[in-house]
Amino acid sequence: MATLFLTAQPAVAETPNEIQAALKQEAAGASGFQGFSAARGEDFFKAKHGGEWSCASCHSGNPAAPGKHARTGKAIGPLAPSANAERFSNPKKVAKWFKRNCSDVLNRVCTPQEKGDVLAYLLTVKK
Amino acid sequence: MNLTYRPLVLGITALCFSAIVLGRAQAGGNHFYAPVVDQVVKEECGSCHIAFAPSMLPASSWQRMMGNLKNHFGDDASVDAETAARISRYHMANAADAGGQRYSGKLLKGVAPGSAPQRITELPAWVREHRKVPGWEWRHKDVRTKANCAACHAYAEQGYYDE
Repeated sequence: MATLFLTAQPAVAETPNEIQAALKQEAAGASGFQGFSAARGEDFFKAKHGGEWSCASCHSGNPAAPGKHARTGKAIGPLAPSANAERFSNPKKVAKWFKRNCSDVLNRVCTPQEKGDVLAYLLTVKK
Repeated sequence: MNLTYRPLVLGITALCFSAIVLGRAQAGGNHFYAPVVDQVVKEECGSCHIAFAPSMLPASSWQRMMGNLKNHFGDDASVDAETAARISRYHMANAADAGGQRYSGKLLKGVAPGSAPQRITELPAWVREHRKVPGWEWRHKDVRTKANCAACHAYAEQGYYDE
């Protein structure tokens, strides 16, 4: 019965916690991994990393609020799962946007540690 | 005789008139550019900016743009091959010169064939249509860029670009 329930789950839809767990598994491969930190994630989210933008430049300093694309002005829905249930529910999308946005903000890919910290932070943001 | 036909003629006239008015209303005045309806295309092309209507640029433009997503107006907007093919197909089929686009001809006036312009906002007709918009309006914090159509055209996402 349990397996029936498991296999009945839709293939792509996941919860932020499941995505967090997958990131943790990835991050645990690196030496010295001590878990994710929401505080470190918040600093990372709000800081610039050598480029013109921080994450907050487009997603707003309050991830529970709507953001606005820094160049085009296009409205961006809130990033915090508490304010926007679609966020971190599709692993493919999560991977795509981390790839694109890390490239914009850091000019490189983000490490699993960085992604996990940011998600830990976003999960603490209340609506 | 005359008396029996009059109501009929009046009725038909009224019908024709409302058909014209309704037709116009449906077309949204003079500037309707069908919005992207393909959900994948809409999401891939409409997350950072509005999903610009394919009918605003000729096929050659979209082809050139899709060939250089790595440097998409200074941004790396590359997508996987399957998604890229889908976006290309959609844009080619609905491009300004793909035929059947009611207002595209107007927008392409003055564009040299094969020149593959990349910015809608640099098309001669676009420039002409927006010549009266003062600089301060472009710089307004809610506008900021000429690509932010929806800042002024409230129904841009639905395809209507009247004033």
